[in-house]
Amino acid sequence: MNESHYCPHTPEEIAEMLSVIGVASVEDLFAPIPAELRAKTFNLPSGMSEFETFDRMKAIAGDNTQGVTNFIGGGFYDHIIPAVVDHLSGRAEFYTAYTPYQPECSQGTLQALFEYQTAICRLTGLDVSNASLYDGGTACAEAAMMALRVTGRNKIVVDGCVSPFSRQVLKTYLFNQDVEVIEIAPQAGLLGRAELAALLDDSVAAVLVQNPNFFGSIEDFTALADQVHAKGALLIGSVYPIALGMLKSPGETGIDIAVGDGQSLGNPLSFGGPSFGFIAAKKSYIRNMPGRIVGETVDRNGKRGYVLTLQAREQHIKRHKATSNICSNQGLCALRGLIFLSSVGKEGLADLARLNRDKAEYAKAQLSRIPGVTVLPSITFNEFTLSLPKNAAGVVVALLGSGIAAGVPLGQYYKGSENCLVVTVTEKRTKKEIDTFAKELEVALCN
Amino acid sequence: MQLIYEKSTPGRRGIKLPASDVPAAAALPSALLRKENAGLAEVSELDLVRHFTNLSRRNFSVDTNFYPLGSCTMKYNAKVLENAASLFAPFHPMTALLPGGVEFCQGTLGMLYDLGQLLADITGMDEVTTQPLAGAHGEMTGIMLVSAYHAAKGNKAKKKYVVVPDSSHGTNPASAAIAGYEIITVPTASYGDMDLELFKAAMTDEVAAVMMTCPNTLGLFNPHIKEISDIAHSHDALMYYDGANLNAIMGKVKPGDVGFDVIHVNLHKTFGTPHGGGGPGSGPVGVKKALIPFLPQPRIVMDADGKLLLETENKGTIGRTANFFGNFGVMAKAYAYIIMLGREGLIQVSEQAVLNANYIKEKLKAYYDLPYDMICMHECVFSASKQLEHGVHAIDIAKFLIDKGYHPPTVYFPMIVKEAIMIEPTETESKGAMDAFIEVMIEAAQTAISNPQALHDAPLTMPISRLDETKAAREQNVCCIG
Repeated sequence: MNESHYCPHTPEEIAEMLSVIGVASVEDLFAPIPAELRAKTFNLPSGMSEFETFDRMKAIAGDNTQGVTNFIGGGFYDHIIPAVVDHLSGRAEFYTAYTPYQPECSQGTLQALFEYQTAICRLTGLDVSNASLYDGGTACAEAAMMALRVTGRNKIVVDGCVSPFSRQVLKTYLFNQDVEVIEIAPQAGLLGRAELAALLDDSVAAVLVQNPNFFGSIEDFTALADQVHAKGALLIGSVYPIALGMLKSPGETGIDIAVGDGQSLGNPLSFGGPSFGFIAAKKSYIRNMPGRIVGETVDRNGKRGYVLTLQAREQHIKRHKATSNICSNQGLCALRGLIFLSSVGKEGLADLARLNRDKAEYAKAQLSRIPGVTVLPSITFNEFTLSLPKNAAGVVVALLGSGIAAGVPLGQYYKGSENCLVVTVTEKRTKKEIDTFAKELEVALCN
Repeated sequence: MQLIYEKSTPGRRGIKLPASDVPAAAALPSALLRKENAGLAEVSELDLVRHFTNLSRRNFSVDTNFYPLGSCTMKYNAKVLENAASLFAPFHPMTALLPGGVEFCQGTLGMLYDLGQLLADITGMDEVTTQPLAGAHGEMTGIMLVSAYHAAKGNKAKKKYVVVPDSSHGTNPASAAIAGYEIITVPTASYGDMDLELFKAAMTDEVAAVMMTCPNTLGLFNPHIKEISDIAHSHDALMYYDGANLNAIMGKVKPGDVGFDVIHVNLHKTFGTPHGGGGPGSGPVGVKKALIPFLPQPRIVMDADGKLLLETENKGTIGRTANFFGNFGVMAKAYAYIIMLGREGLIQVSEQAVLNANYIKEKLKAYYDLPYDMICMHECVFSASKQLEHGVHAIDIAKFLIDKGYHPPTVYFPMIVKEAIMIEPTETESKGAMDAFIEVMIEAAQTAISNPQALHDAPLTMPISRLDETKAAREQNVCCIG
């Protein structure tokens, strides 16, 4: 009996194939593995049908608390996903293909990635982009390494308001590279500009900032870009793509390399992945970009087409001298991002950004009315920081019990901020949910 | 085909957004705002659907075409895996990182923990981190663990090199470079594996790790692997296993048993998750006990009562290699695949993957040069050197295959084989599908002799013919100006 799923041969076919090969049994094909090295145990459970498998997976998903109302962000956001995103990215011609090494039979993926790169360039106001990176954190690290290559310097200055996860990923990536990473302590949820100005000299390769930052604060980094450039360094900006429906673009700001996490563009929360990282830069830095890049060209008849280009930067050609070790990226998630952006559209993204800010400002007003609650007085988009009259972690646990994920307590990430809570309000949160949250928070604070 | 931006009409709206149920907020200061909206597409939903549906039809894919792309394991991706992954769409990763948040995420944390256990058994390792987001990301993570191991022993300065065979994937040296190592490359011997004598000569106490795939990129299992790992260990160098070719050996041999200390697994190759036109993949890393203290954080651990917890304060850790817990959705698919196929199923996967590769190898070796003529594992590597005598290159054969409806094998890799054609059929192809492919490969070999120009002209049936790659690299037009 055929024990396995998806292995199609009948016993007769196997016998025929073995006779072509000239061996007596399938086991003979494993003769090159010395007998003493063969596996002595293999203790996996026996298999099951796809129906039983699906039931098991449902049971596992059921072991998580269901139906939580999300006011948490921290880098991943609960946004709408138009139905077309699942349906079109679910075309098997997209999701069961691989990296488009053979352009003639991969124009679907290649053109989509070219359109994706275009969307990222237009969103960020920069000139060039690539076919995606892994996530927002690794994109920060890749951008920093890119700046090290561009400048030939070995110091990276990081705003402490950048996501603590991105900062940790950056440090892990750079740990073995003889690079100094300096963090600037946040000043009331904003970049510590005085400390940065004192540090900024011509040994700095790049300054990394985030907008809006982990506290939710929005800043104008236009003057900073000039200061950074005056020292011959690059400014890297980690940005939230939904906010770019409204906020000054990295290009307008003078940012040299923009990065971010693309999860909010049509990718589900999915317990943290897959999402994608995006990167865009000024054109002069294209040869230092990491990862795959799709470029336009023509075929033998002069017809427009798309290919993977500037491959001489990449690991399969340059090996240890490559600009990055990336091979597989997050192509399908980037495609979802493109479909999302194309469905929402030019005016729609601006509307969506406005909707996020309106909901967040409403929530900010409701929550800050609770006695003892104050709000960090910075300009914000859809996330803001509250100061509670008690430890925020305990409050969050209490509210989770009533089905509300109230936000991210800052104490884990910033010493002395134990009472602070970062609250996120996307377009999906209704007035009613916000009002309920305000009521529940007030109750939790009284207990 | 027009770009979506060329199909746009100013003012046309796509998806309708939810109406606002709150008052409009006061406008932001203009210094913080963008001057004009980003130039995204402005298309109707039907135009959008037609655009991407028609784009998808310009792809070859596993579901539409035999796709024997060597080293990539383009097996069938079971549909139920997609359904399974979608069950986890609503779960926010930050919930688990909240104080006390693990209580609310026992299902997802438990699945990651169980997946780690299953992969540890398959590979012979002691613990697995699921954080790395792709194979190369796993390599980088693994070599960082190696570096932390040597640093903890006070040997960071001394250990300078990572040894790789010249047949290795390019990601191996590229990943080791990020972890701060210089590379020593050892040539392949006539018997198809890393030259043992040259390897011995390269090994010193300054070597931190040896990175290998086994079977290697020629599809051959290295019979000296135990000896190699013993030599490496005698220099306190660790053995790194590139799991790209794991599909060949499940249940047959465990990398951990033959001396490997660190391994990454490509879930998108061996464990049946789709390749997505370039990703997402997933590259969990397995380690032996000695490396556990250095694993990335947060690390999922189980307490005595079977409850899943997160360890976040380990002093020895290399830190964090990605924002959260890895590509969870991909891992949900791989987990479902493993429990569905089970022990016997996975053994059969490896057996039939190897059977299929050997069948194609035997059927084609009269027509194509086979530089290493021996039993192969999951893939076989030919050379188009016979065809080159008629001026036909591997790339010409690849383009001919496209015209016949086949995605070409990997060509020009491994670099040590001239005009390489690397074929990996995987276990999911039927004999009939392979026989049809073999016929076309034979036709290509015959056409190389009878009408080489036909191969140079291919492909003729696609929406475009061969593209000018030099122009693309020179002009660097990577974004539609609009």
